[in-house]
Amino acid sequence: MCGTCGCGEHHHHEHDHAHGHEHHHHHPDEDKVITLEQDILQRNNLLAERNRGYFEAKEIFCLNLMSSLGSGKTTLLEETVRRLKDKQSLFVIEGDQQTSNDADRIAALNIPVFQVNTGTGCHLEADMVNHAVKHLAPATGSILFVENVGNLVCPAMFDLGEAKKVVIVSTTEGDDKPLKYPHIFAEADVCVINKVDLAPYLDTNVEVLKENALKVNHHLTVFEVSATKGTGMDAWCDWLVSECAKCK
Amino acid sequence: MHEMSLAQSIVELAEEQARARHSEAVEELELEIGRLAGVELQTLDFALESAVKGSLLEHARIIRHIIDGEGQCTDCGNVFPMDALFASCPSCGSYCVKILKGKELRVKSIVIK
Repeated sequence: MCGTCGCGEHHHHEHDHAHGHEHHHHHPDEDKVITLEQDILQRNNLLAERNRGYFEAKEIFCLNLMSSLGSGKTTLLEETVRRLKDKQSLFVIEGDQQTSNDADRIAALNIPVFQVNTGTGCHLEADMVNHAVKHLAPATGSILFVENVGNLVCPAMFDLGEAKKVVIVSTTEGDDKPLKYPHIFAEADVCVINKVDLAPYLDTNVEVLKENALKVNHHLTVFEVSATKGTGMDAWCDWLVSECAKCK
Repeated sequence: MHEMSLAQSIVELAEEQARARHSEAVEELELEIGRLAGVELQTLDFALESAVKGSLLEHARIIRHIIDGEGQCTDCGNVFPMDALFASCPSCGSYCVKILKGKELRVKSIVIK
């Protein structure tokens, strides 16, 4: 039997097959062929599932916050922390290529935070979160925010074990970003449109931005906020609290 | 450039399987990559070139099967080809589309020495 495709026993591999696929190559000895059918991201996915199991067991609501550089992820996080820290136990993992600037901003709010520096890496992977969680030891029933490296492309592909993926897009980025970078919007559960207060000064139409996001992924829950002015922050924070309660 | 991480995962995965069978080299690597998987094929080739250096895959022949995208409209059930992650149904215009094919990222097989 052909070890690669499982087709009939006595055929040569140098002709075109009539059974639904073609071989462009000659198979060497069959006992050397190992059929794997394995996902390339399997190692990351397995570790992500371990993280997920840990979060479930400890009733931790974990969110993976993804966006391009400068969309206001950290500012959104700071404002969220200010509003929720007296009601809810909060923990933060910060991902950046260099510096602990973001971790310092969160630490200033007296919230446990762990900074991951990826060096040249353009996204967080499950093993980095696994490592960070061991240091951070988030409490049972808490909300754990993982702020990914600022990048609207690469983080989309890597499961960290989070319960929800959140993509943040700001009005200053223009309303066509979901169409230009569809992968991250397709993977996300939630889309936060930030800096809505600036929309009147820009050529960005928040409704169009929202429509474009929903074109790519009609399952998205969308929030429109201004982290600096406080607009829409109540709805976002209420959602966080109610989703966290569902983890119990 | 997440393709580098992918290339490293491919090499690790193939080496692990080859080593478990006491092999010294991987002669052939067969990949399945979907067109909607978010992978730039040229970048992946480039990343693989450097990722295989010094590994059991250094001289492996790499065969890529590219899988075209296919979606199904969740409103009318129409199945149609997709060349981007978002597409409206050519039959009813709905954007509620489920991706059936094209997100694959798999090591299909290896041939060891």
